[in-house]
Amino acid sequence: MPRIAVIGGGVAGMEVAFRLSQLSFEVDIIEKSFILGGHVHKWQKLFPDFTPAHQIVDQLKNQLRDKVNILFGNEVIKAEQENTKHILYLSDGTTQVYDAIVITTGFKLFNANRKEEYGYSVYPNVITSSELEEYFQNDKPIITKENRIVERIAFIHCVGSRDEKVGNRHCSKVCCITAVKQAIEVAQRNPDAEIYLFYMDLRMFDRKFEDLYLQAQTEYGIKFVRGRLSEVSEKADSRLFLKLEDTLLGKPLRLTVDLVVLMVGMETAENSIQLANALGIPVGQDNFMLPVNCHSQKNITGNRGIFVAGCASGPKSIGETLADARSAALEVYSYLNCN
Amino acid sequence: MPNFGFSIHSPTHIDLDKNYRTIFNYVKVKEPSIQKCIFCGSCSATCTASNYSAMSLRKVNLLLHRGMVQEVRSLTEQCLLCGKCYLVCPRNVNTRRIILLIHEALKMPLS
Repeated sequence: MPRIAVIGGGVAGMEVAFRLSQLSFEVDIIEKSFILGGHVHKWQKLFPDFTPAHQIVDQLKNQLRDKVNILFGNEVIKAEQENTKHILYLSDGTTQVYDAIVITTGFKLFNANRKEEYGYSVYPNVITSSELEEYFQNDKPIITKENRIVERIAFIHCVGSRDEKVGNRHCSKVCCITAVKQAIEVAQRNPDAEIYLFYMDLRMFDRKFEDLYLQAQTEYGIKFVRGRLSEVSEKADSRLFLKLEDTLLGKPLRLTVDLVVLMVGMETAENSIQLANALGIPVGQDNFMLPVNCHSQKNITGNRGIFVAGCASGPKSIGETLADARSAALEVYSYLNCN
Repeated sequence: MPNFGFSIHSPTHIDLDKNYRTIFNYVKVKEPSIQKCIFCGSCSATCTASNYSAMSLRKVNLLLHRGMVQEVRSLTEQCLLCGKCYLVCPRNVNTRRIILLIHEALKMPLS
């Protein structure tokens, strides 16, 4: 029976592994941490319909049960190829031989320290979107680090995305809708708060996204201002002073807020580039892996028997990631049955 | 104060810490569709008055959102109330009613 390695146990890896096991292949998931679910595991609710994230992860875990072998705490150190066989040397010292490999290493969040002017890790009340998500574990009002109830909050779009200076020209795709979702969740917890979103463009690309945007405007009175934040400074009372331009009015704009949320974008995962080098897969200018083409062969890499799915080949929503994973599973099936 | 031969410009930036959104809130309660505006500018493009003045409903709406009353006053005086903006609005914002409500609010003692 052909053996397949799935590198990365996020939602993409879990879905690929499950589908391949359904097609009666022997599948190993190689996961560097000791949990499954990747980034989704750390999220509370999902756009655009507020589905609890754990529902998706739990469902995928249940599907995998007893069907897939999971090698936790493991990374690929070296890779070799012998005819159609791929040999992987793992960090636990073992050597495994596979007939096909699916790369599902995903992404990492942009390190907000690199945008110094935004004051992340300098001012305690500047946080990232991923840190805000931790506040949503319960229904309590959002408070500042000094335990004041947040009366004014600013969401800053495109932090580490569409920014050539930090080396990321690409759009991370999901932060626009995530900001709208999180703004609504803040409005539900702090009904009197003034909520501002500072954007360059609002990219509401998928179904129901525009509806959520309209709901944010009409039901929650969330304010959208077109303009990119230039700098943050802290006042004596630890509130934050923001400077930007309202580019629709063509005037500079100033305001003081209690909390700033940076919508950090996606970058290629920590060790994806080494893995791409080891397996002979090209990466794009954005450092995400490049499939043969982005229309009809988006899961097929230039190296025979190696496939890619999910955010390893660029930012995707969860729905898109799962669809991409299923499509990759079918590509692996076709490849192994034609050999 | 002695005349030193120069003057100082007052700041032109939008100060959201000082602006009051009284008129916006007044209009919002009576015509909630004001919140649906996406500032596309189709209203301004079709506006009869904009050919001869600085009138732009998109701008009026933005200024209201930012609480800049003085600018709103001078712009809305130019409106002819023809209602063409209402016809082209993709979000179905009741633009004509908004102008009437602004006029109403501007006559109130608060503003």
